[in-house]
This record gives sequence, structure tokens and C-alpha cells, in this order.
Amino acid sequence: MFNISVLQEPESLASAVEMLKAEPGLRIIAGGTDVLIRLQHGGEGWSQLLSLRNVKELEAISLRADGTIVIGATAPFAKIFLDPIIREHLPSLAEAAVSMGGPQIRNVATIGGNICNGAVSGDSASTLFALDALLRLESQDGERIIPIHEFYAGPGKVHLRPGELLTAILIPRASYQGTGGHYIKFAMRKAMDIATLGVSVICRVEAGAFQDLRIGLGVAAPVPIRCPEAEAYAIGRPVSVSTCQEIGRLAVKATRARTSWRASKDYREHLVEVLTERAVLESAKRAGGHHAQ
Amino acid sequence: MRNSNTAGIATLKPLALTVNGKPYQFQADIRETLLDVLRERLQFTGVKQGCAVGECGACTVLVDGTPVNSCIYLAMWANGKTVTTIEGIERDGELSEVQQAFVDEGAIQCGFCTPGLVLSTTALLDSGRTFTEAEIRRELSGHLCRCTGYQKIFDAAEKVLHK
Repeated sequence: MFNISVLQEPESLASAVEMLKAEPGLRIIAGGTDVLIRLQHGGEGWSQLLSLRNVKELEAISLRADGTIVIGATAPFAKIFLDPIIREHLPSLAEAAVSMGGPQIRNVATIGGNICNGAVSGDSASTLFALDALLRLESQDGERIIPIHEFYAGPGKVHLRPGELLTAILIPRASYQGTGGHYIKFAMRKAMDIATLGVSVICRVEAGAFQDLRIGLGVAAPVPIRCPEAEAYAIGRPVSVSTCQEIGRLAVKATRARTSWRASKDYREHLVEVLTERAVLESAKRAGGHHAQ
Repeated sequence: MRNSNTAGIATLKPLALTVNGKPYQFQADIRETLLDVLRERLQFTGVKQGCAVGECGACTVLVDGTPVNSCIYLAMWANGKTVTTIEGIERDGELSEVQQAFVDEGAIQCGFCTPGLVLSTTALLDSGRTFTEAEIRRELSGHLCRCTGYQKIFDAAEKVLHK
């Protein structure tokens, strides 16, 4: 039994937004796999809940006519993993989705919750950073769309305004068309574990050279990050093991890793270098690049 | 850990759900988990509480055919839904195909994880999808078993999924 005093269960986005406006103390719960654990451990400040489970319109995944992929904020990870649109166009997001938690968790945990709880270890974050994802936020004052990297404020903190809800994640066509991508999760166990490091890469290769490279890292700094120096270095360079090794070395420069009980700073930096190299090589292969030895 | 914080007062709401084919309707407390309701109120004690934080899978039940951890699933969320616990798996006193495979392969020792594992395996079988050996391991990875070392559990799952 949890310390819950209010449980609102709206059935539409419009009424959810209205309830949030009327009762600003409400906290949002979607899959509940983080919020209910918080409540199990005391859950100070989480006794008044607005549940999104009955707002079915927020679960859909669709491909718009302009090529934008729209992922509803409450789409569960299991649905994302199996969705034909995601598998065809965003395979690295499918890889990230199936690496998260275990099957029962993936059946209920939502991608929007994974973002809004602000965890740097969130398995979706690094891939959404690499994909230049946009977030659609809605309140009674209207809608705003912001790049995902502007949303993270610090460990466990995001720029969600009072009365505001994340409604969808948007991936424009230009972000994914013609790309190859790969997500590597490094953890102590192969399942049911939190990432020690998450590396997600998206790239385009033309005539054997990198034309576009985007590297998203989770658990390498207080918030998920990109690696601007490594990305810039790659452009125009041939897809080769030595290019990818240098990309790995440069990726470390973007990080602000710290020592925690999971791993030391030095070990995390080693992981960034090695796993970035591997993820970039695999992404280039998937993008159609044949690398020279 | 469970019931570590029962502060506050009861707020009751009507809850209607079907469990193992039988409809139930009563007033439930918004603070209750599906696990609380199934075990304490409806006496389906085949649903086990292990870790209470969604790590071990002992409390797994099927909600509209999908495995969920009932310890981190609000009872109110099951409103209007169909829940299957281990008590609803056998038919007319006969073990299901999955249950029989677990018995035949020696996949049961202390039995605490077994209800959840049988339910997850049943969901995989009912999905009609095909699974490689690696995918079976991945799809059963949300269950902890401290007795068997898992091999016999995978053998039982493969027996029904690779027949």
C-alpha cells in the first residue's frame, strides 16, 4: 500500500491538462515503474497523482506525411521495440528500448517517463540525443516544441513547467533518413540493470567517408550529452579503424564522468573511448560504409 | 519494505475486473497495488511478493494477456481489465502445457518464482511469435530464481516454444 491521497485518472489529454492547471500539486504518473518505487521508499511529495494510463491518445506511434516520426509520450518500451515504424526507420531506438529493464518493466514503463524523470542513465536518452529528437510539451497556455538537449537541467531534473505535460517525441525525417545507428549499453548484467554507460551513434556515410556523425552518451556527465569535437572531426574523414579510434579518444573530451559505486571516473572514460569507437564502426557499417583496415 | 508508508487515509473507488475468468466488483483503496488486491482481498495467493520494487518478477500476473509486475501496478489500473494468475492456468484439473513442461524438465525447486515464470512463458506461447534461444532468455530475464540456475527453466520454455 502506498501513501497516495489523490489519484486522478483523466481519459483525454484535454482533461489531463485541465486537471493539472486546477491542481498544480499533482505529480504525473504513467507506467509507474519509477514513481511507485519512489512511493515504496517513502515518496515525499508524491502523494497526489495524475495518472496518464487512461489517456490512450498519448500511446500512439505514427509516421506523418512530412516524414516526422511521432512517438506518443506514454508508448511503453515493449511497444516501441516491436513497432514496425521504429524498426524500419529508427532501429537504434528499438535496440535501446529492449535494453531497458526487463520484459514486465518494458510492458508498462513509458518513453516519456524515462525522459521526464531526468535520469542520466535512461536508456532512451542517448539515442534521442543522437537523433536530435524534439519534445512536444502541452499546458493550458498551449504547446511548445523544444530540442531534447534543452530539456535536461541536471541529475533528475528537467525543464517541465508547472501545469505542463510531455505529449510526444518527434523525430524529423532529416534526422534519420539514410542513416545507420547503433546503441551499446554497458552494465554489469545483461538484463534488469541500470547502464554504467550508454553510447548511441547515428551516422551517414558517402563514398566511404563520414558525412554526418552524432554521438549521444548517457552516464558520462550529469545529463545526457553529445560529443561536438568528435563529431566535427569525423566529417569528411574515411571510415576506418584509425578514424574511429580517434573519434573515441575525442569523445572523452565532452564527458564529465564521476566516480560512483558503479564505476570509477577512469573506468568510465575508458568505456567512453572504447565503446564509442565500436558503436561508430558498427553504425558506419549499417549506413553502408565499408571501412578500410 | 512493503507497507513501510501507510500514512494517509483510505480513498475508495469502485473497481471492476475479471480474474481467471470470474468477474469481481468492489470498492478498492487507491493506495492498493494489484498484488494487494489479488492476495489479500481475493485470496489468489499464487501471486507471490518478493522484492516489492519490480526487480524479481515473483508477483508477475497477466493483465489483458501481458505480463506485469503486480507489486508496482496500481489496483485501480486493472479496472475493466482481465487478469490471469497462476490459479487460472490449469484447465479442469489438468496442468497446462507450460506447467507440465516445468514439471517434466525439473524447472521447479522451491517454487517461489514458478508462478511468475509459468505466466511469462504462457504469454510468450500465446503471442504466436517465434523466439530464438537468446530471445527466450531475454524474455524471461525479468524473473529471478535462486534455486535452479535457470537452465532447466530455459529447457522447459524451449520445450513448449520450440515444439
